[in-house]
Amino acid sequence: MSKYKSPLPHLLNPGHSACAGCGMIIAARLVLEAAGENTIAANATGCSEVTTTQYPMSAFKIPWIHSLFENPASLASGILAALRHKGEEGKTNMLVLGGDGATFDIGVGHISGAWKRGENFLYVCYDNEAYQNTGYQSSGSTPLDANTTTTPPGKRSSGSTELKKDMIKIALAHNLPYVATANVAYPIDLIAKVKKALTIKGPKYLQIYCPCVPGWGIEPNETLQVARMAQQSGFYPNIEYVNGELVQVQKINKSISVEEFLKPQKRFKHLFKNESGKVEIAKIQKIADENIKNFGLDKK
Amino acid sequence: MQKILEGSRAIAETVNSCRPGVVSAYPITPQTHIVEELAQLKADGDGDFEFVRAESEFAAASIVLGSEATGVRSYTATSSQGLLLMTEVLFNIAGMRLPIVMTDANRAVSAPINIWNDQQDVMTVRDSGWLMLFGETVQEVCDLHILAFKVAEQLSLPVMVNLDGFVLTHVVEPVEIETREEVAKYLPDYAPMEYLDPKNPLTFGAFATPAHYFEIRQELHDDIVASLKPIAKEMKEFKKAFGRDLVMTDFYGNKNAKTVLVAMGSVLGTMKEAIDELNKDMKEEDQIAILKIVAFRPFPDDEVVAQLATAENVIVIDKSLSLGTEGVLTTEVKRAVFGKIKANVKNVIMGLGGRDITKDMIKKIVTKKDSLKAVEFVGK
Repeated sequence: MSKYKSPLPHLLNPGHSACAGCGMIIAARLVLEAAGENTIAANATGCSEVTTTQYPMSAFKIPWIHSLFENPASLASGILAALRHKGEEGKTNMLVLGGDGATFDIGVGHISGAWKRGENFLYVCYDNEAYQNTGYQSSGSTPLDANTTTTPPGKRSSGSTELKKDMIKIALAHNLPYVATANVAYPIDLIAKVKKALTIKGPKYLQIYCPCVPGWGIEPNETLQVARMAQQSGFYPNIEYVNGELVQVQKINKSISVEEFLKPQKRFKHLFKNESGKVEIAKIQKIADENIKNFGLDKK
Repeated sequence: MQKILEGSRAIAETVNSCRPGVVSAYPITPQTHIVEELAQLKADGDGDFEFVRAESEFAAASIVLGSEATGVRSYTATSSQGLLLMTEVLFNIAGMRLPIVMTDANRAVSAPINIWNDQQDVMTVRDSGWLMLFGETVQEVCDLHILAFKVAEQLSLPVMVNLDGFVLTHVVEPVEIETREEVAKYLPDYAPMEYLDPKNPLTFGAFATPAHYFEIRQELHDDIVASLKPIAKEMKEFKKAFGRDLVMTDFYGNKNAKTVLVAMGSVLGTMKEAIDELNKDMKEEDQIAILKIVAFRPFPDDEVVAQLATAENVIVIDKSLSLGTEGVLTTEVKRAVFGKIKANVKNVIMGLGGRDITKDMIKKIVTKKDSLKAVEFVGK
């Protein structure tokens, strides 16, 4: 394997099996390139692991470990302890990578434990708002009214009845020195955030909005467009906190309605069929409006 | 150096002498004193390891998985519910061939919740791919820890050292504690071939399709079976280094005894006293003997068959139960001797949830040996 020379400088290489247009794999490549080769990554189970490391192949050119769905934050704690023991503390970037299922749901206890310990790693959550790897089931990150295979719309349902869990607030409640969202539609901002986070000692959290082509029911060439509309509508604010203080928000350059963001996605298609759908869309618009107000996203 | 110590302190001092780089644990009775003592050794400047406080046993096992994969000798300890909470990680550690050493202070499993000793916890994870050793005394448990690190790292297999909760964790007795320097002569520094390192970027924990999974699992099985020889060799090396015996199995009593009791762990002490008293007044052919099992994984089939070859009655004392069938050690003994010995193997379940096992109870079993049911519960 050591004879193999990648034609590209990527740390996440071609040959992985992610879908065409996969938002997660775009984010993963950007995160790794921003972190650089002097990086160790601990990865949760999920698309980000399954598409990249089918034995005996691997897409990664950094030391990378996967153990289970819920435990990469704990793995990172062990890796950091081992580096400390070897006198190599702070010499290597430590990344933890996982989807929203691993982060918002099954791994949240491990993450909370590691954050409480003040572990020096950057946790990156690829947020595509459901368990896409297992076939689009709803997760703690699934937004109101989304059609997932466990929150299907029907005569008596308009999809997910629950609100998206606010992981950003949970991160802030742990007094993390760095908490931010990013969006695959804005790669320069994403890279800058990874680089900035890695200059800060202690636990960092970066939640990246990553559309899922089959899970959201969009075309492969719509990934960045839909991700951009999430920001433009106020549905998914692009924000950054340092030491608990909101230091940066991405203002909305071209304002659109939530309806425009929802419309191209099959997971919200049922909201456009009848009057009750309009009521639901109004609820989602209200959530976006509150984001715009609370984070000051309006350009004016 | 001989000291008079609580079992947990003795284990902590012995583990410390094995020079782990990372220790992580979550407290659970009756394991607590072991990790408290390790934390104290570190606080006193006598331990050169990182101590990572975990928020659950699942995290503790995952933390030592991460540190071991980074090339540093790692240790954890747990018990009962904690071991069960670790289950997913235990299978993962073995599948990833990470030579972690763990102490399990054997305890009953809920419900009803019960903090006292039996061996249900470890038997429930017997298929996880860990080597599993059972000590009878604090000294033996300490010695098995030193052996465990050596064997684990040599074979890239994790090792769980088991001792009966409270009975051994909380007993105070004289024990020979080996110093770091003495252990270092037997146990070299950990030098893994592969570990997480940016200078040599490797992928750990890839997923395997049906094209590869099968052979990887078979290889793990084959390596556990094949571990009998290197473990036996290391037991001899241990004797040379420290002067004390370590064994896979041990036969106690008259070789010609027709009735042999089989057991693991601290109950063997009570059993030995009971049969000594019985044998005093018995003709040689009526005497009772005991087969002690130390290695449960790998299971020393050939030794067990050889030791039981001439027995007419084999009675396995189990502190665990595969509900609906029989004791787990019993099933194991039956499998090992199937078609190879003439004796019937009977099973007596004892001590569940910390029920005292007395000499009288052992004597009663022996007296009733001809009328024992296939699975007999003896609690009084």
